[in-house]
Amino acid sequence: MPLLELKDLTVAYGRIEAVRGISLTVEEGELVTLIGANGAGKTTTMRAVSGIRPLSTGSIWFDGQDITKMKAHMRVLAGIVQAPEGRGVFPGMTVMENLEMGAYARTFDTKAEHDSTLARVFELFPRLEERRTQVGGTLSGGEQQMLAIGRALMARPRLLLLDEPSMGLAPLVIQQIFRIITEINATGTTILLVEQNAQQALSRSDRAYILESGEVITSGGGKELLADPAVKQAYLGVA
Amino acid sequence: MSSDVSTSTTAADSLHLGLGDRLRMWWDALPRHTQWLVGSPIIIFIALLPVLRLPVITTVGTDFGSVLAQFGMYALLAIGLNVVVGQTGLLDLGYVGFYAIGAYTVGLLTSPDSPWNLTDDWLSTDWAWMAVVPIAIAVTALSGLLLGSPTLRLRGDYLAIVTLGFGEIVRLLADNLTELTGGGRGLSQIAYPVAGVSEERPNGVFSAGNTTPPLNSGAFWFWLSMVLIIIVLVIVGNLERSRVGRSWVAIREDEDAAEIMGVPTFKFKLWAFVIGASIGGLSGALYAGQVQFVVPSTFNVINSMLFLCAVVLGGQGNKLGVIAGAFIIVYLPNFFLGRTQLFGIPINGDEIASYKYLFFGIALMVLMIFRPQGLFPARQKLLTYGRQVYVASRRAYLAAAALAAKTPVPATATPSGDDTKGGTR
Repeated sequence: MPLLELKDLTVAYGRIEAVRGISLTVEEGELVTLIGANGAGKTTTMRAVSGIRPLSTGSIWFDGQDITKMKAHMRVLAGIVQAPEGRGVFPGMTVMENLEMGAYARTFDTKAEHDSTLARVFELFPRLEERRTQVGGTLSGGEQQMLAIGRALMARPRLLLLDEPSMGLAPLVIQQIFRIITEINATGTTILLVEQNAQQALSRSDRAYILESGEVITSGGGKELLADPAVKQAYLGVA
Repeated sequence: MSSDVSTSTTAADSLHLGLGDRLRMWWDALPRHTQWLVGSPIIIFIALLPVLRLPVITTVGTDFGSVLAQFGMYALLAIGLNVVVGQTGLLDLGYVGFYAIGAYTVGLLTSPDSPWNLTDDWLSTDWAWMAVVPIAIAVTALSGLLLGSPTLRLRGDYLAIVTLGFGEIVRLLADNLTELTGGGRGLSQIAYPVAGVSEERPNGVFSAGNTTPPLNSGAFWFWLSMVLIIIVLVIVGNLERSRVGRSWVAIREDEDAAEIMGVPTFKFKLWAFVIGASIGGLSGALYAGQVQFVVPSTFNVINSMLFLCAVVLGGQGNKLGVIAGAFIIVYLPNFFLGRTQLFGIPINGDEIASYKYLFFGIALMVLMIFRPQGLFPARQKLLTYGRQVYVASRRAYLAAAALAAKTPVPATATPSGDDTKGGTR
């Protein structure tokens, strides 16, 4: 049984269908990537999974349960946590307060649990510890991205949704973020990743789906897709 | 431990903070009972203002007690509006509507002019006001729920426009439904709490007929509102420090991100709206009791702006700041009213007071340019283990101050005695 399953998902903004009948699965422990150009429907799919965008048709299944009608905040409780596109950190809260908001829905039973989760986040992102009293809005782009991921981790997600974590970041920072994503996945967190940076994303994913105009056109193992000539031409800029 | 390193670096930064921040740091690190101990004399001093009649600050054109009573009501309004605007970030331009509903509920149920009057029937006028205040709060809370349920799905400007409409609708209904509300003539002889009846005060101390200062009705209404303000502050303060408060701030900061973090945003926006509304209704009930007369024109839309001005001026999100804002809004025009000279300089106080909207407008513009967070900006306390953090940072701050003691910093040594108490908690 897959951890997440989308069945024939359609999402529309008014009359325009941004996502047209997408079906995909994410198995427990996997790192799965959605790749596509601007407007392919990647972010819309993410928003549908986290529950802030209603579906027109289709269903979403999480851990064997139909969660299509479940409200966004209840999905967080179930373990689906998103680090949103454009980072979405709380600009007026400090780094610490942002991180604590991450644990809002899934509270800690003991202070020890709180401390150990926090320690793990700081281990992954030492920069956040240095900046713990700094206000979120004054962080650099890369730091904000780290904070968004760190905040999501504070909820101890079963499924982590990452929406374009490399957006607008310097190549070196992108490298660093992707290394950390791989590390998070390696310690047992299932990840659904949306990316435009196909090279980085594919080389690190177990599997990937390629989206075009709201439909899945190809899917397969990350490394296989990376070697596919058609994919190379369309997404890696290699003739 | 690594956390010590980071707190000491921030404490070193905070050495350069202003007086306000240092004061706040000291205050935050005090144990709660010490805070009450320090706060009580200040509260008592404020309560004695109408009796002390201090020179210069006592108003000359209007009775000082009545001015302070009005301040008390505006302070309640500011605290209520601050929950909606300052804490949750929902721009409400029709807050006067809730004030009106509170006042009119009391008026309709206790005025002989009203078709719903209960006092000629089974409710004695002695107790009528007291009995009706909870009803007024409940009715305003319900109206907040009714207004909020459909409109809180809107965001930003759209919500502001809808609430603006609501404020006007309430006033227009009161004005035009003559058979139900008394219409433009208003409702008179509204009930008030009858207490402290004596030979010279046959109607009790709260009666509008009790006009001999200093212990006139204004002073008593001021004291009553002070008690209510403290109760409301304790309730609102506890809410702010709880999960509810954290949800409000998260919604204010970024509603989508809040939803993604698992905050049921609609529910908490509605909560803020209902709580804000009921505090507004309480203030309206006080107003109706003090003036014993309500008329639709009192609840003009300009009042909504004035309430908002108090919140923005005082500092959105800071419940003590907005009380100061309310004081400025109520007191300053009354300070000038009837004054012909100030410190020997001849002035035309009435003229100055009549331009109050102009001055508040200019003040708001200047404030938005130089200090957009308000005169007393808010500092949130959102951490679960926040108190420990504040005490730790205060300790680190004192240590850093001691290190820097070669260059004398005299003021920092004094509060350290209290701090050791705070630290051991």
